[in-house]
Amino acid sequence: MSDSNTLVEVKNLKKHFPVTRGIILQRKVGVVRAVDGISFSIQRGETLGMVGESGCGKTTAGRTMLGLYPATDGSVIIDGDDILHARGKDQLKIRRKAQIIFQDPYASLNPRWTVNSIVSEPMRVHKLFATEKERSERAKDLLGMVGLSPHLLNRFPHEFSGGQRQRIGIARALASDPLFIVCDEPISALDVSIQAQVVNLLEKLQDQLSLTYLFVAHDLSMVRHICDRVAVMYLGVIVEIAEQNELYENPLHPYTQALLSAVPVPDPRKERARKRTILVGDVPSPINPPSGCRFHPRCPVAIEKCKDIVPEWREVSPQHWVACHLVN
Amino acid sequence: MNNQTPTLSELADDLITPPLTLWQLGWLRFRRHKMALFGGVILILLFIFAFGGAFLYTEKYANFNDTSQRLLAPSAEHPFGTDSIGRDILARTIYGGQISLFIGLVSVIIETILGIIIGALAGYYGGVIDAILMRITEAMLNIPTIFLLIVMAKFFGGNVPEIEIAGRVFSGSVIVIIVIIGATSWMYLARIVRAEFLSLKENEFILAARATGTSNSQIIFYHILPNTVAPIIVSSTLSVANAILAEAYISFLGLGVMPPTATWGNMLESSAKYLDSAPWLWFFPGMLILLTVLSINFIGDGMRDALDPRSRTI
Repeated sequence: MSDSNTLVEVKNLKKHFPVTRGIILQRKVGVVRAVDGISFSIQRGETLGMVGESGCGKTTAGRTMLGLYPATDGSVIIDGDDILHARGKDQLKIRRKAQIIFQDPYASLNPRWTVNSIVSEPMRVHKLFATEKERSERAKDLLGMVGLSPHLLNRFPHEFSGGQRQRIGIARALASDPLFIVCDEPISALDVSIQAQVVNLLEKLQDQLSLTYLFVAHDLSMVRHICDRVAVMYLGVIVEIAEQNELYENPLHPYTQALLSAVPVPDPRKERARKRTILVGDVPSPINPPSGCRFHPRCPVAIEKCKDIVPEWREVSPQHWVACHLVN
Repeated sequence: MNNQTPTLSELADDLITPPLTLWQLGWLRFRRHKMALFGGVILILLFIFAFGGAFLYTEKYANFNDTSQRLLAPSAEHPFGTDSIGRDILARTIYGGQISLFIGLVSVIIETILGIIIGALAGYYGGVIDAILMRITEAMLNIPTIFLLIVMAKFFGGNVPEIEIAGRVFSGSVIVIIVIIGATSWMYLARIVRAEFLSLKENEFILAARATGTSNSQIIFYHILPNTVAPIIVSSTLSVANAILAEAYISFLGLGVMPPTATWGNMLESSAKYLDSAPWLWFFPGMLILLTVLSINFIGDGMRDALDPRSRTI
């Protein structure tokens, strides 16, 4: 699958959080398998959506990919370099190529820093310009790119609205000229009217700067709007990846089908007429994930085999990968 | 053509009054705290007394003893009276005040540095480092401070050579006392700093900095520490009063700053025998300690309210 057109390649990425007891002599009583072996790749200029319900590990996956949490296992290759196993200067070089935009625009900007310091921080860390003045000039340009007035350079974050703060966060992410940006639910905390603006901004920037996105979200209609391909996560694993239209028109995994049927249809008559798949029960604990297929306790069509055998990850039609025993 | 015409949004930027910084807002709130303002005025007067008074009397005069003049009550010649070997008490409270205030300020600087380093390391790195540092902190907290002070003063206070700073000769014990007070009072501050770090490091702006590749030391000093200044300043201000008190009581027990260098504390010590017969011996230094500690505590209270990040009122 790997070729020169692949920008990001994730192989068997795992992130387990230990569950410990005791204060001084901590003993491990279990592990939360937040991300349990996911593999995918992202092409240059592509937007890969990652969806799933709360607690399925999509945010953890995005953050572990950038080495923000130490990965338990696996590798993430960005533009030919492994970000998780590089150290020191090498790692800094890769970090320049990959950035992240966060969900909460109130927590993601340092309240004691001016917009100028926030936006020019990546340039300072990567020593991109010789003088502070040049960095300020570049920060002004970046503010213009994200649709903010350059006059706001010396303001503090608390003087901005949520949407403006998110734009500042985007400007910071762009400051080091990255190739790849993890958008960690960038619109979930925003007002609906602002969501569209921010999504349009992200699309515009992608065209201008030929960026590659990993777009983590739980809003399926927004994901359909912005993404080229979509990965569906459930309990730390990816159950299905397909091109956006293929996934929405022809979902193969029963979990994907259930997720899509939860999206309301704007027409009340159609809405009443359509058949919905309603899942029962909660997501099982990632400390003790179910054996076999992780979805089997809640799956409406599970068979005996699903309880014991982990379904194989296979390509059922071109670019459409799924892990389910029932799909031919 | 007229590119210079400001757009509406730019005009709006100019029209909005510039925001208040933490310090401006803090000052607005502090001003309303009458007792804190009063304490501030008293403290300024005390500083003028201790440092301005040096122009009236020389240090030599403060240490000059004339046994024929011993235990004189306050008079025009000796406004605060004289002590048991005939030294002028006013001159001694002036020079003693310098030492006491100096000890209070410098030992708090040491305390603050220690507290910030230990609290920041424990809070930021967590895990084993946190466990070790916090157990040490708790162990220190469990030993009564007065006991710790006495033992350390006794142990280190033996024969310390005299030192000369800015043309003045100090008993080396001043430095010893400063270090001892600083080294036995950082624990509360360390716990405050640790708690602040524990909550601040979970913020997404820290993750953003790490995603960029900012080093740990830069995250600690430039990202997290500026967000903890308010509680650190409040705690340090209150500690100045405690440090002056601590100096007073170890000096009172005869383990502190050695004569002839005067401090308010060791002046009290030498007055212990004359509580009834010569009350001016303890009244003036005692009163000055009281005023200093009280005014610093008022200021600390005022700052606590003024710099409270949760309070949004002006």
